[in-house]
Amino acid sequence: MNTSDLESSRDEAFIRAVEEESGQRISDCYQCGKCTAGCPCGPAYDLQVSQIMRLIQLGDKKAALEAASPWLCVSCSTCTARCPNNIDVARVMDTVRHIARREGKKKYVMNAFWDSFLQTVRYCGRTYELGVMAMFMARTGRVWTDLDLAPGMLTKNKLPFIPHIIQGKDAVGRIFERFNEMERRD
Amino acid sequence: MNVAYYPGCSGKGTSVEYERSTQAVFASLGISLRELSDWSCCGSTPAHATDARLSAALSARNLCLAADTMRRYDATRFTTPCPSCLANLKTARHHMAEAKFREQVNKLLDSPCPAISDKGEDPLPEVVSTLQLLVEDYGLDNIAAAVRTPLSGLKIAPYYGCLLSRPADIMKFDDPENPTSMDRLLEALGAEVVPFPLKTECCGAAMGIPRRDITSRLTGRILETAVTYKADVVAVACPLCHMNLDLRQQQAKAAGNASYKLPVLYFTQLMGLAYNLPMSELGLDKLAVDPSEILHKIGKEVSA
Repeated sequence: MNTSDLESSRDEAFIRAVEEESGQRISDCYQCGKCTAGCPCGPAYDLQVSQIMRLIQLGDKKAALEAASPWLCVSCSTCTARCPNNIDVARVMDTVRHIARREGKKKYVMNAFWDSFLQTVRYCGRTYELGVMAMFMARTGRVWTDLDLAPGMLTKNKLPFIPHIIQGKDAVGRIFERFNEMERRD
Repeated sequence: MNVAYYPGCSGKGTSVEYERSTQAVFASLGISLRELSDWSCCGSTPAHATDARLSAALSARNLCLAADTMRRYDATRFTTPCPSCLANLKTARHHMAEAKFREQVNKLLDSPCPAISDKGEDPLPEVVSTLQLLVEDYGLDNIAAAVRTPLSGLKIAPYYGCLLSRPADIMKFDDPENPTSMDRLLEALGAEVVPFPLKTECCGAAMGIPRRDITSRLTGRILETAVTYKADVVAVACPLCHMNLDLRQQQAKAAGNASYKLPVLYFTQLMGLAYNLPMSELGLDKLAVDPSEILHKIGKEVSA
């Protein structure tokens, strides 16, 4: 059973941060469970969506940021669509990911995929699918990932070898640089 | 009719047949797709899951390009075929209506986005899906009028995916639980649309790469349900949904110990078939699951 010791674990600043960044009033959640019921990835979660919401309500920052669930969420917004209190739950999950990343708490395989993806965007201006795969394999050591799909994709020319590099790639690169600088300053 | 067009990155790779059939269908209907000059990646889920300002900036660059394109070609609409790009572009515009956020995003760009006017008009354009544009702007009657080979006898399961109509506040299109736009479009083409209960259930999106098991389960359930409802083919409107249901169909079958063969086509490919567009423009040969059987049902072959 998951327990939160409210005497030691309640972090008010965390609740405020989540509310401000997500634009959602976490106290509106009355734990009906519709978000959990509709979540397609629920079976893979360690903590269900409504439990993550509960942890935020309790200010249990550590438990919320260390859960694996936010990294297994597919951002399908079913939770948002179902919430009877009009909470954009998917946006709250996004916010948990944002804060977790900033606090150095990302260590799931999904992060390796997202970082690889963004890296190709940073240097080419567009996604370079083959590059994303290669980087993902390098970061995770999973060199067999989707090799079964490769023959079909390559013979049908669906996986270009040469990346599409746009003229404005440096402009896109600068967005990333400025973002990193913005984070360093904050 | 001129519309500003944002193809999205997968259009040249994994969803090349969607891009090709979209171009062909729109051209045949007399709608000029004006591609944004030097557009860049919206960042998709990796960006919005990393940071809201980074994601918005990547989208904002393209929203500004779209505004230019619309001015140049006197276009009144801005459209994209990819629901993920759509969600990011719409979300960026939505959040950037808030002054403080807009300011933060502007700081990340080479040149800031023009400000919202005193009357509350945002120079950043609204964007709609190609599906919405066809159904609402072009109209179902016109879509039906262009049909040369009605898709009679074809039972189609319309699979919308999770993004086209969710979250409702931002996507502002159709119904978030039971959308019917694609149903009506397919009916206008003469097809029989099966009452598909998993229209907006997520297929697992890009989870396929890091966690194949999750995507296989979700995708498998969608395909098996379509089979149960006796669909001959599943229609999709999203590159990632297509990738999971078509390219990854074998993976889903293996994981679920199932056996079926269900072709998955983009709705624009189905339109192209109904409009007798040249096969070379529809990219049916790019499909992982062979669509020959359903083509024979309407008297056609994969290659001309």
